[in-house]
Amino acid sequence: MTTKLEHPKRKDPLERTRLPSLPPAGRSREALGLISVAGQAQFTLQTCAVCGAVQYPPRQLCHKCLSPDIPWEVQPDGGTMLAETTLHHSNDVYFRERLPWRLGLVKLECGPSVVAHVMEDCRPGGRVRMSIKLDRSSRAVLLAMPEIEGENMEDDLQLRETTCDPKHRRVLISNAKTAVGLGLADAMLKAGARILFLGNPDPWKRIPEFDELASHPTCEVFNLDVSDSDSVHEVAGQIGSKVDILINSSYHIRPGGVTGRRDVNDPRNEMDVNYLGLLRLAKEFGPTMRARGADGDFGACAWVNILSIYALVNNPTLATYSASQAAALSLSQGLRNELAEGGIKVLNVFPGPIEDEWQQLFPPPKVTPEALARGVLTALRNGAEDIYPGAVAEETIARLRENPKEVERELSL
Amino acid sequence: MAQIDPDLPVSKRASYDDVVVTCPVTIPYERFSVRSAHWFLGRTVAELLAAAHMEKDALDGICVSSFTLPPDSPIGLMQYLGLSPRWLDGINWGGACAAVALRRAARAVQAGDAQYVACVAGDTNHVYSFRDNVSNFSQFARDAVYPYGSGGPNASFAFLTDYYMRHYGAERNDFGKLCIAQRDNALGNPFALLKRPLSMEEYLNARLIADPLRLFDCVMPCAGGEGFLVMGRHEAEARGLPYAHILGSIERHNAFPDDPIQMRGGWAMDVGDLYGMAGAKPSDIGLLQTYDDYPVISMMQIEDLGFCAKGEGPEFVREHTFTVTGSFPINSSGGQLSVGQAGIAGGYLGMVEAIRQVTGQNLGRTVPDLEIALASGFGMINYDRGLCSGAVILGKSR
Repeated sequence: MTTKLEHPKRKDPLERTRLPSLPPAGRSREALGLISVAGQAQFTLQTCAVCGAVQYPPRQLCHKCLSPDIPWEVQPDGGTMLAETTLHHSNDVYFRERLPWRLGLVKLECGPSVVAHVMEDCRPGGRVRMSIKLDRSSRAVLLAMPEIEGENMEDDLQLRETTCDPKHRRVLISNAKTAVGLGLADAMLKAGARILFLGNPDPWKRIPEFDELASHPTCEVFNLDVSDSDSVHEVAGQIGSKVDILINSSYHIRPGGVTGRRDVNDPRNEMDVNYLGLLRLAKEFGPTMRARGADGDFGACAWVNILSIYALVNNPTLATYSASQAAALSLSQGLRNELAEGGIKVLNVFPGPIEDEWQQLFPPPKVTPEALARGVLTALRNGAEDIYPGAVAEETIARLRENPKEVERELSL
Repeated sequence: MAQIDPDLPVSKRASYDDVVVTCPVTIPYERFSVRSAHWFLGRTVAELLAAAHMEKDALDGICVSSFTLPPDSPIGLMQYLGLSPRWLDGINWGGACAAVALRRAARAVQAGDAQYVACVAGDTNHVYSFRDNVSNFSQFARDAVYPYGSGGPNASFAFLTDYYMRHYGAERNDFGKLCIAQRDNALGNPFALLKRPLSMEEYLNARLIADPLRLFDCVMPCAGGEGFLVMGRHEAEARGLPYAHILGSIERHNAFPDDPIQMRGGWAMDVGDLYGMAGAKPSDIGLLQTYDDYPVISMMQIEDLGFCAKGEGPEFVREHTFTVTGSFPINSSGGQLSVGQAGIAGGYLGMVEAIRQVTGQNLGRTVPDLEIALASGFGMINYDRGLCSGAVILGKSR
């Protein structure tokens, strides 16, 4: 049974605040390849296309037959923990701050023996399930998990260090008033978030579901309009040092192509919310979150952007919206790089069309706000970096990976 | 020297004939040094020349081992030291470097490629050297070990110790017995950095480092140099140098790659050749110098070098005593665990001490009536296990 994580107490301002430090980030090119298969349900390792040998650590050729053809393939994730140690000494500041730290040597069912981080419930000689996670340096690491989920498993400190579970954390949802925002708020509440800060961009508009949510004792409402610099500045001044997970759920979508426009008002509004809105939030909340990356067991850990699959390829019927999403995506990559200094992860969410009031006429299948929220929650708990919720997004990303030009020509709803 | 036993395995390897090893030297160890590896290597060469009463220009072969020499190479070191050898080797193979250097040098001398080969190992230790070394030791270490707790070799050997204890029933006391006996041996060694007697209580209750390893299971990194000379017997005699014969030698790299965890080293593949070449058997060995950065690996060497069967190490340890006058003398100068690990020179420590004991030049305590010694090496924890192993059997001059 995993040691239960107690509900966080009010912070003593006189106590030393742990500064963010990062685990060693140096990796070879081939080891960086593991990042793209991290945070997923499946366990993926280099597998020789010629002789079938599975290998780890990653190499540039097969260690059995020397073939250079070693794609990343899904492998059985089972293994046996042969040996364990608990470090009481480390040469690295990040680990020194977190000692004692437990490690295991695991013989994988698919072949190699690996050094891994180890969850509390794993026992030497016992079976484990391997998972590839992103550590606080956003580098892929192996985590051995118990084969059977035990009590309080989500409280495991090594798991929490490589993931962003909202449990016991304070979450800001920049716009909690849309269907998407309400869905996210509901998921975060059920996941055990400590406080929900709800952004309300249009206080004049009454929505019963929002009012009901706002009456929840763990919810606090703030008038927050991401297209208004003063508004963002003001809210950051009030709660900036308390946000552990920021979900940028604000978006503005209007159908329309590139030519045949009378003016650029809609595209400007899209940029104002989708691109500059992210920039305003990042500018106001980013530095404090980065500084609080190691503030106790519940420090700041994640920044979530609800983007769109059309950030990756322009949808002609949503041409300017797609462009604003592409701009936001690019900016988010810059933000990811800057927040990484504090060990804060940026989760980019790329849904297809969402079941909301501005996408009513889009043909199904559409992502429901509930499904989107479930996807975000799972990604936070797995520590994923990019997710593509819904059938349209899944198909589009698969096609993009195979042949981007084909998607560019053929994209239609 | 031992009689040839008809049951001994026969080795096809050619003997080293009249090639001998002589002039064991040590540059005193320091916990930290502001000097560079060049200084330790250069002083080792100087000590060798002085011990052999040799002019610098006469030295025509050199084998260099050093982790902290980069960005310089052994070739660059020749310019630094003003040497012009006709035979140069660089062997950065961790704990096995002494055995490997000796067998390469012996063949070079035997073939006439060099007349005198100085085998030298030296490393400095700055405050951050150890961390720099373990964080960048190898690609696999950087990719797949150091990001996991950054414990360095402590963590790797903790796994091996944990598994060994679980699997073969070794107790902490068994490892303690080895460490305490070595400390006792070290008390006579002027170069040993740890020179306070160690009690079982202190050993068992020492600070936890990487469970089950505690402080006295782990070597102390330091700076220092070690070296010896390889030459023909006639040259040694002409110079009046006490020497030892090279009776047998082995090396092996990446042995048993499919073992899920390391419970045997490369010795287990080649030990028949080692004794066959030497015409000796384990019971003839009067002194064993193990590579002892952690006691579990000493126990593994006792098994793999044929002193007992695999898994019987703990029982062997309980039955024997290991000081110089014990029933099974081991690491007579204190080993790395008591003397310190001067980087790659740690791989030379056992060999240099074996030469001293076999040639009657020991600095500290004497192993009585010694005829044959075995010096073993092990090292390069590239990922999850030590990849190189080597061993040399040395015989008293006859």
